[in-house]
Amino acid sequence: MNILLLVPILAPLAAAVLAALLGWRRLSASMTVLAALAVLISGAVIGLRVGDGPQYSVGRLLRADALSVTMLIVIGTVGTLATWASVGYINAELAHGHTDRKGANLYGVLVPIFLAAMALAVLANNIGVMWVAIEATTVATAFLVGHRRTRASLEATWKYVVICSVGIALAFLGTVLLYSASLHAGASSSNALDFDVLLTHAAQLDPAVTRLAAGLLLLGYGAKAGLVPFHTWLADAHSQSPAPVSALMSGVLLSVAFSALLRVKSVVDLALGTGFLRIGLLIVGLLTMLVAASLLVVQTDFKRMLAYSSMENMGLVAVAAAAGTKLAIAALLLHVLAHGIGKALVFLAAGQLQATHDSTAIDDVTAVLARSRLVGTAFAVGLVVLLGLPPFAMFASELSISRALAGAHLEWALGVALLLMVIAFAALALNGARMLLGPPDASSPPIAVPRSVAGALITGVILSVALGLTAGPFTQLFHTAATLLGASE
Amino acid sequence: MTQTTYTGALDLAAGAFLLAAVLIVWRRELRAIVRLLAWQGVALAAIPLIEGMQQRDGALITVGVIVLLLKALAIPVLLGRAVGTEVEERRESTPLVNTTASLLITAGLTVLAYAVTRPIIALDPTAATRAVPASFAVILIAVFVMVSRRRALSQAVGFLMLDNGIAATAFLITAGVPLIVELGASLDALFAVLVLGVLTGRMRRAFGDTDLDQLRELRD
Repeated sequence: MNILLLVPILAPLAAAVLAALLGWRRLSASMTVLAALAVLISGAVIGLRVGDGPQYSVGRLLRADALSVTMLIVIGTVGTLATWASVGYINAELAHGHTDRKGANLYGVLVPIFLAAMALAVLANNIGVMWVAIEATTVATAFLVGHRRTRASLEATWKYVVICSVGIALAFLGTVLLYSASLHAGASSSNALDFDVLLTHAAQLDPAVTRLAAGLLLLGYGAKAGLVPFHTWLADAHSQSPAPVSALMSGVLLSVAFSALLRVKSVVDLALGTGFLRIGLLIVGLLTMLVAASLLVVQTDFKRMLAYSSMENMGLVAVAAAAGTKLAIAALLLHVLAHGIGKALVFLAAGQLQATHDSTAIDDVTAVLARSRLVGTAFAVGLVVLLGLPPFAMFASELSISRALAGAHLEWALGVALLLMVIAFAALALNGARMLLGPPDASSPPIAVPRSVAGALITGVILSVALGLTAGPFTQLFHTAATLLGASE
Repeated sequence: MTQTTYTGALDLAAGAFLLAAVLIVWRRELRAIVRLLAWQGVALAAIPLIEGMQQRDGALITVGVIVLLLKALAIPVLLGRAVGTEVEERRESTPLVNTTASLLITAGLTVLAYAVTRPIIALDPTAATRAVPASFAVILIAVFVMVSRRRALSQAVGFLMLDNGIAATAFLITAGVPLIVELGASLDALFAVLVLGVLTGRMRRAFGDTDLDQLRELRD
């Protein structure tokens, strides 16, 4: 048995058990950071081997391919930054009385469970188990969103659980229909939902039932990825969650849900041709970008602003998936990684701003660069990453996505997407400038930065710059993933 | 079991399953709604039990027993506890759509379910798949209940009905998904109900009641 594939799931679970036994302590919190690091390292090591084909473990229950490795690296990187920053963040919350011992203990247990569920989601071979893992992330994060126990966070939690559960229930219905189609295509009932079996039987799937299934899966996983029409939970949940959790949800959870959609797409494309999901993804992606761009313009709350920026990026990722060429898929994966790190950076910095001002209104925060070099620089770098400016990696990925769209004869979609991106760019840049620049007010409070948050911010900046300078070893990985997903040249 | 009694029993279970959903739309007393949900759980569990007896499949019968314990017993008991003790808390507040209109919409959704499920029946026309429109109707009715009710608990009931409808569809189309998926999905549903139950309690403490109209602080 290939033990390596179990590490990304078991390491966070072990950290969760330790946190449950010890409560919120330096030791248990450090173990969670190490567990996230273990996800990253095992992802990288598996990555060295997947060039020769997918790896299996526990029978054929777990399966790692280039897409799993990419997602494990995203989970591990953002997970390490977020759990590292959690140490200082939660201690500060305790010191200010925003949470109590019990709340901190619960946080310590739920965050590693959340990481384990995401790792299982990207490693599961059976798309039914993948569904179970993605729904488990909803359950694990519910009380993380409601961490502060205010009325607003209660409202956000309720909407989050209800909307995501309904969305994901539709995805389950889609999975059941796909299972039925797969059985009728000759797969045996024990493995009819396995991803590799579905791929081999894809050509024989009943088209009418597969169409119904694909529509439901797009809506369902789209809900969890922050795509319309079930996107309304996103800004509420992101704005109410503790900053490290917002970083994890925005930077990782959305893209994990989207990776589920990519797997489904590779099966459905073989059964129905690329046309069906292309239209679906284009509609959903462009509408998501439209909603996000229009709400970015009127935004007065910086955490909601960051949430809508995530929506805008997921919309763009959906449009890139619609193009479906190798160039598009590889660019989309780079985009997901770069966005994950950049978003973690801004959310973690925003968490310190929120703690300092006890507010998330853009108007309350000015002259961050002059008041705290560290938080200011981290927030600025993160924003520039998200704006897609060189030298950062999202510049390269957005350029490649544009080229791929033009290459796939989707110039009209490219035009619409670019227009919406410009609007989002302007809104993000203006609001960011208002927060970062200006002379410091004598009355504004000093921005405190706990040591662990500082460590996470500096690492995040270094990673963003490094990824911008060279995507190096990732290029081959993303290309392998695109080939595996059946992308055309 | 002969083919005729099998078909009859399966249709009866599917019919009772749909009827419970319609009655949930009709009633406004929260305790009655929870009781109806338990009956719907019984009808749901009957489907794998009947299929298991027909095919002499022990695993399917086991799944049926688990579903019975979970959907007809555990979840309704958990929900029953979350129903408030105050009299006004026990009733659904004035619904957004009145009862007559709700029942008409329910009828419309049932017809829609027959239209949507035609490809599924065409793929494999057996006695079980012919009952799929009933379970699809429950899914659509559940979504309608979720958007039209104002009490937190009614919304949770809507979610559970949705879950029941999907589980019934799975049993009818494919005699159930693989065991590991079935167990995982049931566990997720149970946890989701626990979470919603805890949130209902917190909501009552924070707002005084569980009217979802209170939830309007967050918006753009």
